[in-house]
Amino acid sequence: MKIAFTTSGETLDAPMDVRFGRAPKFLVYDTDKNTFEVIDNRQGVQAAQGAGIQAAETVARAGVKSLVTGHCGPKAFRVLAAAGITIYCAGATTVAAALKDFRAGKLAPAESVDDAWQ
Amino acid sequence: MILGIASGKGGTGKTTVAVNLARAFGSPVQLLDCDVEEPNDHLFLRGPVREQEIITLPVPQVDASLCDACGECSRFCQYSAIVSLRTTPIVFPELCHGCGGCTLVCPQGAIRETERRIGVVETVESENVTLIQGRLDVGVALAPPLIRAAKSRMRRETPAILDAPPGTSCPVIAALRGTDLVALVTEPTPFGLHDLTLAVDMVRELGIPFGVVVNRVGIGDDRVHGFCAAEKIPVLLEIPDDRRIAEAYSIGSLIVDALPEYRGLFMSLIEKTMTLKCAEIGVSAGGYDENQA
Repeated sequence: MKIAFTTSGETLDAPMDVRFGRAPKFLVYDTDKNTFEVIDNRQGVQAAQGAGIQAAETVARAGVKSLVTGHCGPKAFRVLAAAGITIYCAGATTVAAALKDFRAGKLAPAESVDDAWQ
Repeated sequence: MILGIASGKGGTGKTTVAVNLARAFGSPVQLLDCDVEEPNDHLFLRGPVREQEIITLPVPQVDASLCDACGECSRFCQYSAIVSLRTTPIVFPELCHGCGGCTLVCPQGAIRETERRIGVVETVESENVTLIQGRLDVGVALAPPLIRAAKSRMRRETPAILDAPPGTSCPVIAALRGTDLVALVTEPTPFGLHDLTLAVDMVRELGIPFGVVVNRVGIGDDRVHGFCAAEKIPVLLEIPDDRRIAEAYSIGSLIVDALPEYRGLFMSLIEKTMTLKCAEIGVSAGGYDENQA
């Protein structure tokens, strides 16, 4: 399955970005194939409004089932929930560390808008 | 004749100029308070509210029984106000700009428009002045539709003064479109000059003739005057830095009432603008075009 990580970089050692809608990039990791791709989020960085909504659309179109980020806002939460994407709020500082925490079951899914905005 | 009062930097004296011009005008005049996020002209021109109208914006409502989740509405929307991810669309009314595009592109005709309240337009009578003000509801982020609604209440046969919001953003553009002449109010300081240059660029882009009013002359330097001379921008009025003006303002008094010696200043601005022959200020006139407003 595909997991999206919010990041500013291009590799697994890249730092995690705590933001979702305004994150520079999404690293989408495929746990079945152990490969990943990086999706640019420039449109979200520059959007006047609806950055979280657009980011949710972007990751949904990429076939993502889980999102690992710092936090996300209520509009993004609504769209992600409708798309069936589970949100995990991670404290890890790199994508690799967040992936490790995810695989070890250390991350709890955000059940509500307040859980997702910490 | 519609005179717009705008500025770059906020707090330079737009409302001071607008309300005093309106009162000094003497004969019937309309004053439009287009600073709909915080209208304050009414603090100086008090009178009974003759009329209050609720203003709404059309936002989409989807009939789920007709929707096949094709996503056309979502693809069309420029504001992320309607989102469909192969699901029945989610609507974010607070992001909607009311363009109606989603209702048009839906192949199933599943979207109809419903009205979302954004604020009110009120009309107040104060001696010779008919004050028309827009007041945006708390929490609403979209000013231009309310500004356009307020402007549409203007009667064409009576002269009008329009108090614009500060700055150069969308609400200011919505306010100034269709005005015949703009007076940019500034203060003679580096901050005032910086923001004035932005406002000048904006008004030139809009193609409206304009001049400058320098308020609180004496507090800074002469760079604003130097700029106007170099750019051949007429200085329509200079108001000195007089503490008594601020004192009158702070208790909601009009300068032309509290300090009658200043009446002449405002009368001269009226002569230069409301009865203006535009050739005198060396730029071409833009007439009032209700299609632009």
